[in-house]
Amino acid sequence: MELNKLTIKQAHKGLKNKDFSAIELTESVLNKVKSQNNSIHAYLTITEELALSQAKITDKKIANKEEIGSLAGIPLAVKDLILVEGIKTTAGSKILENYIAPYDATIIKKLKKSDAVVIGKTNLDEFGMGASGENSGYIPTKNPHDLERVPGGSSSGSAAAVADNQCIYSLGTDTGGSIRLPASFCGVVGLKPTYGRVSRYGLIAFASSLDTIGPIAKTAEDIEIIFDAIKGKDEFDSTSLARKEENNINKIDIKELKIGVPKEYFVEGINPQVEKTVRNAISNYEKAGAKIVEVNLPHTEYALACYYIIMPAEASSNLARYDGIKYGLSIEDNSLLEGYLKTRRQGFGSEVRRRIMLGTYVLSAGYYDAYYLKAQKVRTLIKKDFDKVFEKVDVLMTPTSPTTAFKLGEKTNNPVSMYLTDIYTVSVSLAGLPAISIPCGEVDSLPVGLQIIGRQFDDEKIIKIAQKL
Amino acid sequence: MDINHIAKLARLGLSEKEKEKLEKELPSILKFVDKLNEVKADKIDPTTQVTGLENVVRKDKARVKSKQETEKLLKLVPNIKDRHVKVKAIL
Repeated sequence: MELNKLTIKQAHKGLKNKDFSAIELTESVLNKVKSQNNSIHAYLTITEELALSQAKITDKKIANKEEIGSLAGIPLAVKDLILVEGIKTTAGSKILENYIAPYDATIIKKLKKSDAVVIGKTNLDEFGMGASGENSGYIPTKNPHDLERVPGGSSSGSAAAVADNQCIYSLGTDTGGSIRLPASFCGVVGLKPTYGRVSRYGLIAFASSLDTIGPIAKTAEDIEIIFDAIKGKDEFDSTSLARKEENNINKIDIKELKIGVPKEYFVEGINPQVEKTVRNAISNYEKAGAKIVEVNLPHTEYALACYYIIMPAEASSNLARYDGIKYGLSIEDNSLLEGYLKTRRQGFGSEVRRRIMLGTYVLSAGYYDAYYLKAQKVRTLIKKDFDKVFEKVDVLMTPTSPTTAFKLGEKTNNPVSMYLTDIYTVSVSLAGLPAISIPCGEVDSLPVGLQIIGRQFDDEKIIKIAQKL
Repeated sequence: MDINHIAKLARLGLSEKEKEKLEKELPSILKFVDKLNEVKADKIDPTTQVTGLENVVRKDKARVKSKQETEKLLKLVPNIKDRHVKVKAIL
């Protein structure tokens, strides 16, 4: 049995039955990582010592006949944008090449309490800025299904690691599609939670009104287990909040379900084979008794433009902190200002610099109202579109991406064509809704993802519905 | 667009070659986001926060940091003197 191929549920059962130990499970995953990392480049840092010491805790509990939790002894990979105390955290950027995290992110604290096993830190587009994984400040991650193709970004390593069985599950972050898109391209399940349901404390900030942390796993069942462990209000993140009524949804009756299919997500530009695969998945729900309704989200065509104003604006402000003074790369020069300029010139990659420039421009005197304020108003309209359709339907179903994984280098010379990759994911981020991407078939041997979008705080519901596919 | 002015505001050092590149790229991205001009939104309230939270406050009290925590933070500082962060004179 190849232990690294197990799901959380299977691994937990195996540990409880003493079919194998947590150390054996961890070693099996570590061996896979070591044999594959030079071709896939899913990991930036492998934390073998930490992983083995954590695995021992669970083995000891099992030996002492203590109860173990559902994530105990199970190896996970953490996107290198999330702090794990004492471990290098680079954000995929040269500017943080030697940054050792001084504390644990809240979700890492929670997972450590659950006796989780951290295998390593995964590769990503620098600071989360990218849709392909090619903007890593170190090396691009490859898609395990086809090494000539991108895994999707920005949680490129987290999705590739799950797809290639180099971990049992992983954590990613999603600002405009960064969990859902790579999950779709790599054929795994990824959840972008409702904004605020998972604490961002200890997450390196990118665009703070959009950033979320969520799980990537092999099954929707596993997603439920991870989400239960990481969700909740946190006093260290003032934007975090719990679901209003904490009544757990145990059962979903597909026969009672009304599924909205937004017209705007099936227009020109979508690969016809992808459309067919996604429509086929939706019809499976219909066959199970769900009612399918065509709906309209009229402001969809403005979402990407809105996102590419708000996101760089927030990013340019968040990334002002990298000045070479308190931590990170520091290049000294004759004056303080010269030092800033050189540190930031050498430390940031070209996409990060492009977004800082764009964000600074849309926030600058004379342009703020025309760009930033206008985008915030359009954001309201996009959110209202969703509010309106959710009066009529319970969830929405769409493709996660208009295409399957594209080739490395195919879009790197044209920023706008790269930005278009996010076309089906950004609206959800702007509205702060939960969405899950789940594999629903293949086109030319490449995975296709179905995106299920829920009302705000309906995370549990969309996870349950995903399990029925 | 005045690339030099924006780069100065952003405290971003750019090479001449990169300036030339950005001079072409940024207007094409702006042209793309100019699509928002088609939307009438004068009377719409802007969204800054999506879940409706407002004025989340905590007690105006600093959290006491342990010596270990402080040491970890100081270790990350590139230029340090007597446990103080050292910077170039600005006056």
